[in-house]
Amino acid sequence: MSINEEVEALRRVPFFAAVDPAKIKLLAFASEQQSFAAGATIFREGDPGDAAYLLLEGEAAVMAAAPDGLHKVASIPRNAFLGEIAILCNIPRTATVVAAEPIRALKIGKDAFLQLMRDVPQIAFELMRELAVRLDETTDRLREAQARLKKAGMA
Amino acid sequence: MEDKLFTYLWRHSRAEQFRVMAVVLCSLPFYYLLLDLPKLIVNGPIQGKGFEEGAATYFGITLPGWLSGATLFEGFTYTQLQALFVLSGVFLSLVIVNGLFKLRINTMKGRMGERLLRRLRYDLVDRVLRFPPSHFRKTKPAEVASMVKDEVEPIGGFIGEAIATPLFLGGQALTALIFILVQSFWLGLVAFAVVLIQGIIIPRMRRPILALGRKRQLQARELAGRVAEICEGASDIHALDTSNYERADVSRRLGSIYDIRFEIYQRKFFVKFLNNFLAQVTPFIFYSVGGYLAIMGDLSIGQLVAVIAAYKDLPAPIKDLIDWDLQRHDVQIKYEQVIEQFNPEGLTDAALQAPADEPVPPLAGDVSAFHATIMDDSGTRLLDAVSFTFPLAAHVAFMGPPGGGKEVAAAMLARQLVPRSGTLTIGGIALASAPESLTGRRISYVTHDSFVLPHTIRENLLYGLKNQPLGSSARSAAEEAVHQARLAETIRAGNAPYDPDAQWIDFALLGCTSPDGIDAALVRVLETVLLTDDVFRLGLQGRIDADEAPELAGRILEARRDLKERLTARGTPELVEPFDVHRFNRQASIGENLLFGTPVGPAFAHAGLAENGFVIGILRETGLEERLIDTGRQIAETMLELFRDLPPDHPFFAQYSFIAADELPSFQQILQRAGRTGLTASDRARLLTLAFAYVDARHRLGLVDDSLRGAILSARALISGRLPENLKGAIAFHNAQEFNEASSVEDNILFGRVAYGVPDAQTIVSNLLFEAIKAMGLEPQVLRIGLDFQAGSAGKRLSPAQRQKLALARVLLKDPDLLIVNGALVVLDPREAREVMERVLKARKGKGVVWTLTGTSLPPAFDRALEFSGGRLPDTRAGQGEAGISQAAK
Repeated sequence: MSINEEVEALRRVPFFAAVDPAKIKLLAFASEQQSFAAGATIFREGDPGDAAYLLLEGEAAVMAAAPDGLHKVASIPRNAFLGEIAILCNIPRTATVVAAEPIRALKIGKDAFLQLMRDVPQIAFELMRELAVRLDETTDRLREAQARLKKAGMA
Repeated sequence: MEDKLFTYLWRHSRAEQFRVMAVVLCSLPFYYLLLDLPKLIVNGPIQGKGFEEGAATYFGITLPGWLSGATLFEGFTYTQLQALFVLSGVFLSLVIVNGLFKLRINTMKGRMGERLLRRLRYDLVDRVLRFPPSHFRKTKPAEVASMVKDEVEPIGGFIGEAIATPLFLGGQALTALIFILVQSFWLGLVAFAVVLIQGIIIPRMRRPILALGRKRQLQARELAGRVAEICEGASDIHALDTSNYERADVSRRLGSIYDIRFEIYQRKFFVKFLNNFLAQVTPFIFYSVGGYLAIMGDLSIGQLVAVIAAYKDLPAPIKDLIDWDLQRHDVQIKYEQVIEQFNPEGLTDAALQAPADEPVPPLAGDVSAFHATIMDDSGTRLLDAVSFTFPLAAHVAFMGPPGGGKEVAAAMLARQLVPRSGTLTIGGIALASAPESLTGRRISYVTHDSFVLPHTIRENLLYGLKNQPLGSSARSAAEEAVHQARLAETIRAGNAPYDPDAQWIDFALLGCTSPDGIDAALVRVLETVLLTDDVFRLGLQGRIDADEAPELAGRILEARRDLKERLTARGTPELVEPFDVHRFNRQASIGENLLFGTPVGPAFAHAGLAENGFVIGILRETGLEERLIDTGRQIAETMLELFRDLPPDHPFFAQYSFIAADELPSFQQILQRAGRTGLTASDRARLLTLAFAYVDARHRLGLVDDSLRGAILSARALISGRLPENLKGAIAFHNAQEFNEASSVEDNILFGRVAYGVPDAQTIVSNLLFEAIKAMGLEPQVLRIGLDFQAGSAGKRLSPAQRQKLALARVLLKDPDLLIVNGALVVLDPREAREVMERVLKARKGKGVVWTLTGTSLPPAFDRALEFSGGRLPDTRAGQGEAGISQAAK
């Protein structure tokens, strides 16, 4: 498994798309490739966020705790980037993510990621745009949920 | 200390000086005889005077006429030839006797000088140990050290000469002069006149040279101080780009030292010229005038030869005498300059540091300050008439804003700062006049820059218990004799007679009766300051000597098997890829795979591997050399691509790059050469070194394929099979059944490499390793190995947090009545610092603690708080702890 494959995968991540390939390669070099067996936990809710992951192979599942155990609430496809929020603002993991099938992932350490962001402000800019989009989506969903609640309350 | 050198040496070496003087005086008659004999030989047997009747009498002793003129001894009668040989024989024995006298005198002088130098250096260091703590802010360590080491050296050399030399040389010169006068009054007068000129003019001309020499010394000392400053401030100099300013400053100092030295040089050589001239002009007079007198018959040839011989011996003592005077002057000034630096105000009274005669009683009662005021050098009141009282056994927090006075108050309680006015008592004992055996044992103080000794962690911990020798060390009879002789010399030189090999550690303080129980006490304090894990890890990194501890080595091998079983039982044997002589270890570097062992010494280590002729030969034979150089070239290319645009101080270099930032350009050139002109031998070695460090599983550049692996395995077999005799000890090969002394304890247990690419592999393996160690009961041993870890110069091999914890552990071990912790954990992260604090307070329940805190809220673990602000104590607060104590407090 060579580094070039990782570089390709990283370039498919929206906020890395416009970054100088040498820098992407450097990030890949500074990262670590890890394999998870199906069902293995990638990170747990409440853990300190020390790294982000890029799924190179396989699919992961986001789990939420319920009284009767963990339940799958969403799935993360191949080539997705996950865990970047926790390393950005130093908060614990907000959800548990497990491997739905055997996974290979690139583990990008917090220090390396932040350093690269400092070196290439463009990444920060792209990341900000991405987060803004997500925030907008979340706000929409919140509004929708509030509307539904209101309706339910009125009914 | 005496401010005049001569007072000092008279006081400490009087008896010895007298002894030397006596020997000097005894030697002079023999010296006179030695001068006289040539005359006898020339005039008598050679010229035949007195042998007119065939024989002459020698060695008869007749009293002078005014003393009855009686003959005491008839003497011996010889023929002319007999007389010649007998007299020559006597001359030879006199030469020997004079030489022996010289030898004896020099030895005595040398010994006296060394003894006094030892005393002087000891006295100086003794004073350093008694300097008031505040004095160290004004002194530069490098200057003090250079004074003790270098500047007193010439003083020591001079001490032996101080009294004996002028006596000896003066006696010699006088003897020679008297001898010449006796032979010929006029020649004697000429010689005397020249001596007088030499003795008066030359010293005068030399005085300014001395003054310059002094100036030079001061400037050299300042230069040494500046160089030390540059070293200490190196990182700031880089950060502020002031290196050129430093260059300018150093250059100016060197310039003025040059000017002084050149001036000295010019003057010195002029004086030398004059001196030589005067020395040469006298023989001219002797030859001309003496020759004239001899021709005229007023002087016998024998006399003239003897006079010239005597004169030949005259300038040397005179010159030496002048030199002596010069040296005296110089050394006297050096001594005064040095002494001045070692006489600060507030020097601790030596009696306060004397070892305690009886066990130091524990302190009890109240800690109490009344109107205590502390000022800094500029007269600012750091603490302004502060009064407080609290029970010694209370846990008290000193709080308030930084610079508000809490740090100063804490330092004052530890007698690091002495109040200008007011009183400070603990249990009714005035702190200012308490002996150090009380303050240093019953009170402990630790601050952020507490010193870590360049010894092992264990020695650092025990250092605080070495207050005074408690018992003598066991010695064989022969060793004891040597020790007694040394002790006698030590006392003669006025040094402290304490035996550093004696039992200094106060085991009773540790609650154990013998040295064996120490470790438990050490582990206890390590536990309290949360240092156990660190020491454990250091222990894992440590090495042991299997010959010395075969049982331990055996158990480590068992732990190796145990770990393997644990990994298998967990279903994850792949977490550690074991060393297997027939398999390529994917988690290890190419170099490690090639060697299949741990290098011992430089022959196979790091860069040495790529320059090792034996290894290169095998690589060439297996066709690996070119392939690995090509691998190195590809690594270099990738590194250049990745790191070319990064600034040299980018953190990625240290963490990830194969190539240091400052070496990138040279690798660029190597790559260019590889394309065009071909590689030089050193280029090849450097590329090989890159390849050797490459781990495919970790670096993922895809540079290792099956055929390369196979080739490396065959090279591995050749290396171990053909290892030449002289390199036999340079690799400790991996062997599943054997303990590897060159590898750390951890590597011995792992016997393999932790896999890359498996999530949390490192943590899981560490935990299993710990379990295996526990299961084998090896934990105490590993901790013990960790305790033997060398902390390095100023503790540099430990992290700052480890150093601070170690310093705290050291004072905890003393179990004092009052523990003062003054910002001692500032480099720890706040959460950990708080946890350590709570553990310390818990461990010291019922024993006094003063802790300076930065926050505003008082942790509940404290009994009360004193809040300092602006050097004052506006009000005191009781803690939520034991109410009884806080009420009793005031």
